[in-house]
Amino acid sequence: MMSIHTAMLVGLLAPLVVAILTPFLAVRHVWRDAAGPIGGVITFIAAVHVALAVLDGETPRLFVAQIAEGLALEFAVTPLGAIFGLVASGLWILAALYSVGYMRGNHEKHQTRFAAFYAVAVHAAMAVAWSGNLLVLFVFYEILTFSTYPLVTHKESALARNAGRLYMSILVGTSVVLLLPAVVWVWLSTGTLDFRPGGYLAGQIDPAMAPILLALFAFGVGKAALMPIHRWLPAAMVAPTPVSALLHAVAVVKAGVFTILTVVVYVFGIDFLSETGAADWLVWLSAFTILASSMVAITKDDIKARLAYSTISQLSYIVLGAAIASSIAVQGATLHIVMHAAGKITLFFCAGAIYVQAHLTKISELDGQGREMPWVFAAFFIGALSIIGIPPLGGSWSKFMLMVGAVDSGYLVILGVLGLSSLLNIYYLLEPVSRGFFRPKVKTVEVTSHPLVVIPPVLTAILSLLLFFYVDFFADLAKLMVIS
Amino acid sequence: MMGAAILTNLPALLVVVPLLLAPFSAVLPIAGLAWVLALVGTGISFLAALMLQSVTENGVRISYHLGNWEPPWGIEFVVDSASSLTLVVMSALGFLATLAARRLVAIEIADKDSGKFYAAWLLVVGGLFGLVMTADAFNLFVFLEISALASVILIGTGAGTDRRALVAGYHYLVIGAVGATFYVIGVGFVYAITGTLNMGDMASRLPDAAGGAALYVGFGFMVAGMLVKAAIFPVHIWLPAAYGYAPSAVSTLLAAIATKAALYVLARIFFTIFGGTPDIVDIALSNIIVPLAVGGIFVGTIMAIYEADIKKMFAHSSVAQIGYIALGLALATPAGISAGFIHIGNHALIKGGIFMAIGGFVAALGARASLETITGIGRRMPITATAFLICGLSLAGLPLTAGFISKLYLVRAILETDSYAILALVLISSALSVVYLWKVMEVMWMQPAPARSPKLIENPAIYLPLWMVALGNIWFGIDASWIVGAARLAATALLGGGA
Repeated sequence: MMSIHTAMLVGLLAPLVVAILTPFLAVRHVWRDAAGPIGGVITFIAAVHVALAVLDGETPRLFVAQIAEGLALEFAVTPLGAIFGLVASGLWILAALYSVGYMRGNHEKHQTRFAAFYAVAVHAAMAVAWSGNLLVLFVFYEILTFSTYPLVTHKESALARNAGRLYMSILVGTSVVLLLPAVVWVWLSTGTLDFRPGGYLAGQIDPAMAPILLALFAFGVGKAALMPIHRWLPAAMVAPTPVSALLHAVAVVKAGVFTILTVVVYVFGIDFLSETGAADWLVWLSAFTILASSMVAITKDDIKARLAYSTISQLSYIVLGAAIASSIAVQGATLHIVMHAAGKITLFFCAGAIYVQAHLTKISELDGQGREMPWVFAAFFIGALSIIGIPPLGGSWSKFMLMVGAVDSGYLVILGVLGLSSLLNIYYLLEPVSRGFFRPKVKTVEVTSHPLVVIPPVLTAILSLLLFFYVDFFADLAKLMVIS
Repeated sequence: MMGAAILTNLPALLVVVPLLLAPFSAVLPIAGLAWVLALVGTGISFLAALMLQSVTENGVRISYHLGNWEPPWGIEFVVDSASSLTLVVMSALGFLATLAARRLVAIEIADKDSGKFYAAWLLVVGGLFGLVMTADAFNLFVFLEISALASVILIGTGAGTDRRALVAGYHYLVIGAVGATFYVIGVGFVYAITGTLNMGDMASRLPDAAGGAALYVGFGFMVAGMLVKAAIFPVHIWLPAAYGYAPSAVSTLLAAIATKAALYVLARIFFTIFGGTPDIVDIALSNIIVPLAVGGIFVGTIMAIYEADIKKMFAHSSVAQIGYIALGLALATPAGISAGFIHIGNHALIKGGIFMAIGGFVAALGARASLETITGIGRRMPITATAFLICGLSLAGLPLTAGFISKLYLVRAILETDSYAILALVLISSALSVVYLWKVMEVMWMQPAPARSPKLIENPAIYLPLWMVALGNIWFGIDASWIVGAARLAATALLGGGA
């Protein structure tokens, strides 16, 4: 058996080792392409190990260095971090397999560079998940941004470069100008940046200032894509689909909402927020983002653009749960990290599979293609149902808990917002499926079969289904977050 | 025996070795040998500074009498934890800048002039060390002139590639001379009141001397003179052109160490010489120096944003960074002075690295580095550009870099004095500094190199010093205990020891 210490080291370093080895393994493409999935399995085993320890009530720690008083370079896994670590590493296995199929099937250039930075991004995501304090979280949050830049601009076209510039300027700009001062503010007023159950800002800062500090965090974490700082996410869709799937539906954006949830639960403390009403404004802003981006999603004919706006909307569900700041809402938000990850990665996998096999990118071109690619469209259907929140799929749990949380805290209007959003989801997420199966074909395309891009979405679709029945593991972890 | 003699004479060695090697270097016909001489001189100084630092770590204060003449007749060198920290920082960066200088100088300076170039180089370094150690107010003026005149020569050598270096050097000569003259006029007044040139004696006699107006005039002139030398806003105007047009090696040396010595002397004037008359010091610090420091932070940052020439951009940025150091010192609290000293060290690391890397770019480009010419240079010279990126991140104050530690301690010191307006201004300026850094990094890393641009050849000769500095920025960002501890001792030495 691995000691918990070793497990943390392995989980943090395995992706980095993959990244370093990739250029050397590139002499044989099979070796290079096997490194990702193998690294994923190893990282995932470590993450399971760590999560089990957390479930037992432990807080696995890994101390690296002391920077100054109250500032340590340290990793410590909270229940929330354990969940995010599981999601990032588990989905990396499938995404790595999928990338191989996608990059090969698409004859992309620079596959070695791509694989290396992909692994660095996963490393950064794991480090964010397991970070022991706000400083470490901030550092790896930035590394995650920097490591994904070469992936976003992978095509090296003018379009990709402009997208990359927007991506970097929003994510780096907001984090340095807003998030970093917020972190320093916390340190100056409390002398620590650790994450503690129940939070510790109560009594340490003026309640009148709490909304301002929260705003620095909410807008400083550009990765959470709260409106109006969401523009980078649709821009990032110029990247190859494996990037959109793992990073811009799971690792990067979830690192954003993870940061907000962490700050709310372990720094502010949900009691402090709900007593002072400091997060009230954030409830309404996230509700606005949920609806507004759904409206935009409807207008998009490009599959990836529509999925991107759907992601912005779904991320705000999680921010909403954090902002309501009740025990049940926070648990719902946490579960939504898991459920949305499984559902959305399925949809992106499908979008990429359709592109690789049939070179279609528009929803209006999908008419009748369902029979050509039944597995892909079936997986898309399941993933979409989970995101809409229909039982028996995983997404229904988190949406249900968020609704209960909203009602419990007296936000009846929010209940309406969530209902309306679900209706919009049904419309714009099921449209591609209904076109595929029920409309006559408008375009005849040659479909080449690439099993490596079909198997992963089918597996993640099955995962979405399993998550409905085996939600307990994650639900128990989420419960630990709010019991101090 | 020999060892003991060297140990007791360490303070003198620090100054004498570079100054003595200078004339030898001047007559050496081979450029490489002159460089070796400069390397040896700065290397010995660095070792001597390290030894001095280890001695003064326990609060020991070394008083060295030149030629065994007792003060006030003879000249006294004083090394305490404040000056030894400054010396270690300056000599370390001086050594690294020399290490990097060889290739950069070979490109920009004619071989036959190299001997004289390194002679001036050694004079600058030796003069600045003297400036930091001397406890004699008039002797300080002498060292000031040695280093200033030698700096003018070094700046002027940039004329080989850009004639504007001559004007820049001339400006520095004239403005610097005004500063030095102001300083010496001030010393004259204080001498008239106290009858001594020894700083310690001045400090002990000033509180009881009925100085009256003469005291204020003397204090004002001394401070005003050193403000010029330290390039505090609004008398910083010589600096951007001087750093901008000097040869790259010279920009590195001056940016890393030159103004640091003047800032340290300012601290000595405030807290040592006039330590016994806190009323006028407090008035000057809170009403003049703090506003000037904040003004410099903004002017430097904003000028940097609008500057397209890379060297001048970071010269403007130096004005802002000097403002941060001056602000810390001017808070006059232990935390504030520590923050000032922390940034003296960290800023030397940051700017030393940045100017070294720019030197690498200039050497490869064969042209001035501007936003236009460095387009896409990140991919064309990745090793140099990555080190530049690290130093840039440190300048922006990102966690795990030395710059973050500086900002953190400065902000905390400001907060302790409840000056929320200053805190807000510092935070705003800090955010603004991201603008020019972003502009540079964007051009370097996110834009493609212009079509048909020639292949750029990196300069491996600067790798070692450049990466030592770049990794230093990370090292001291992860383990800040050395600099924080040393800066705290320095603050104690300055505030505690009136004499």
